Amino acid sequence: MPKEMTTSELAKRIVNHEEIFILDVRNTDEFDDWKIEGGKVEVINEPYFNLLDGVDPIVDKLPKDKEIIVVCAKGGSSRMIAEMLEEEAGFTNMMNLEGGMKAWSEHLEPVKVGDLKDGGALYEFVRLGKGCLSYFVESNGDAAIIDTNRMISIYESFAAERDVQIKHLIDTHLHADHISGGRELAEKVGGTYYLPPKDATEVTFDYTPVEEGRDITVGNTTVKVQPIYSPGHTIGSTSFIIDDQYFLTGDILFVESIGRPDLAGKAEDWVADLRNTLYNKYKELSEDLLVLPAHYSFAKELGEGGLVSARLGHLYKVNSGLQVDDEGEFRKMVTENLPPQPNAYEDIRKTNMGKINPENEEQREMEIGPNRCAVHE
Amino acid sequence: MDISVNKVLDAKGLACPMPIVKTKKVITNLEPGQVMEVQATDKGSTADLKAWADSSGHQYLGTIEDGDVLKHFLRKASEEEAKEETKHEEVVNLDDLRKKIEGNEKISILDVREPAEFAFGHIPGAVNIPLGELEQRFEQLNQDDELHIICRTGNRSDLAAQQLTEKGFTNVKNVVPGMTKWEGPLNKN
Repeated sequence: MPKEMTTSELAKRIVNHEEIFILDVRNTDEFDDWKIEGGKVEVINEPYFNLLDGVDPIVDKLPKDKEIIVVCAKGGSSRMIAEMLEEEAGFTNMMNLEGGMKAWSEHLEPVKVGDLKDGGALYEFVRLGKGCLSYFVESNGDAAIIDTNRMISIYESFAAERDVQIKHLIDTHLHADHISGGRELAEKVGGTYYLPPKDATEVTFDYTPVEEGRDITVGNTTVKVQPIYSPGHTIGSTSFIIDDQYFLTGDILFVESIGRPDLAGKAEDWVADLRNTLYNKYKELSEDLLVLPAHYSFAKELGEGGLVSARLGHLYKVNSGLQVDDEGEFRKMVTENLPPQPNAYEDIRKTNMGKINPENEEQREMEIGPNRCAVHE
Repeated sequence: MDISVNKVLDAKGLACPMPIVKTKKVITNLEPGQVMEVQATDKGSTADLKAWADSSGHQYLGTIEDGDVLKHFLRKASEEEAKEETKHEEVVNLDDLRKKIEGNEKISILDVREPAEFAFGHIPGAVNIPLGELEQRFEQLNQDDELHIICRTGNRSDLAAQQLTEKGFTNVKNVVPGMTKWEGPLNKN
């Protein structure tokens, strides 16, 4: 019988850069749209329905001496194929990814970023299946989460394990690629939900505005979250500096790229804001700040233990989005050659504004697929 | 809408891979050209059935959502339709047919595909009598009309044209190649 592998085990192997071989048996369109990547992952695709008469077509493409993880949409078809490979072709190292890509898209892997000066700590939650990053700040029994994802129970268990109370739920901007869990979690724990007011003009619920100069205190006033208004990706996009060390840049600045300004269909209008933020406002900040973005796009961005981060000064040297001196060229870069819009992005925005309230299953469907918030070279 | 089919498979409540595993078994026992309906609740079944049909040579006709149930329609591959020669001599190509329709000429179109194929797209105004039922139903047609017979690729319509000629129809044209290449207006039921 093939062994079951949990998404958590797979995530740990990926962030530890272990060699992994994956056979993805979903249909090829889905595979081409979105697959498991990262570390030393090798992945091949052969739809399960082409193997119903036997696994011969793929036997020669599979390593005999390595563990093979079979993956499908929900875990049923991959189990069947893993069994067939054992029974018909004598493979002995078969694993089945429990829950398939559906579970994978929802897995959050917590990675410690570092300690805070007052004894608290900062964690980055890496959503390997989608490239989303969220942040958990704990200090003296209190916690704040920035860019909370939809799977709020994961943060709740994390807080319970550490015996801290979640008090502040902060979104750097109105997300268009994933559904925010901030509002729901705030309601559940009696916390405060913060949004930049310029991104919240159409929301249907009450929120607390984040504004430059109005710090948010987590714990015993020792950890300060300083909102820095930095329009560009959305008009309200806000970045935060935590503990004078950590710089949460939302979807403005990534490790390998910069944010795309067009998710609300306003690329042309916001190019100047984005440029001003990246080429002027951020430049005035300390080069030693550790940039922690809300997304990553490439598996190679996963650093030690899976942490996605970079020093601001380093990014000014290497990030291609920060090397464009000519304004016209910059405009061209961020308004042309844009990757396709994230799947279902309009519905996701409406959900985050409270305008529509899809069922859980529907929310999951809306989020399936890769993240496409970044401008690539 | 109800579409008559040769076989209905109930795969409701079954998770992937079962809808396709069962479909594959059922379709094996169908005659070439017959149509089946697969009722499923697994959302992924649409994309998978479509891709599977493409790779196995069967025809995926379309899907109707009926509440939570997805009704997928498939037609079993038929090698006979792959051959290209036709016997009925009077043929009309798609361009000419389109010009006649757009010129508001009063013409009759007989679509001899299966009801499920017809349901997912046919020329507005076409009458549907599947080839297999033509023998019993040809009297519904008016012998004096200029009759344009169409199917998917021109083969079934060729057989239908021959059949009707034998019955004494004198103004019968086979439309070639057929609906696969039709780019004019389409109606769906």
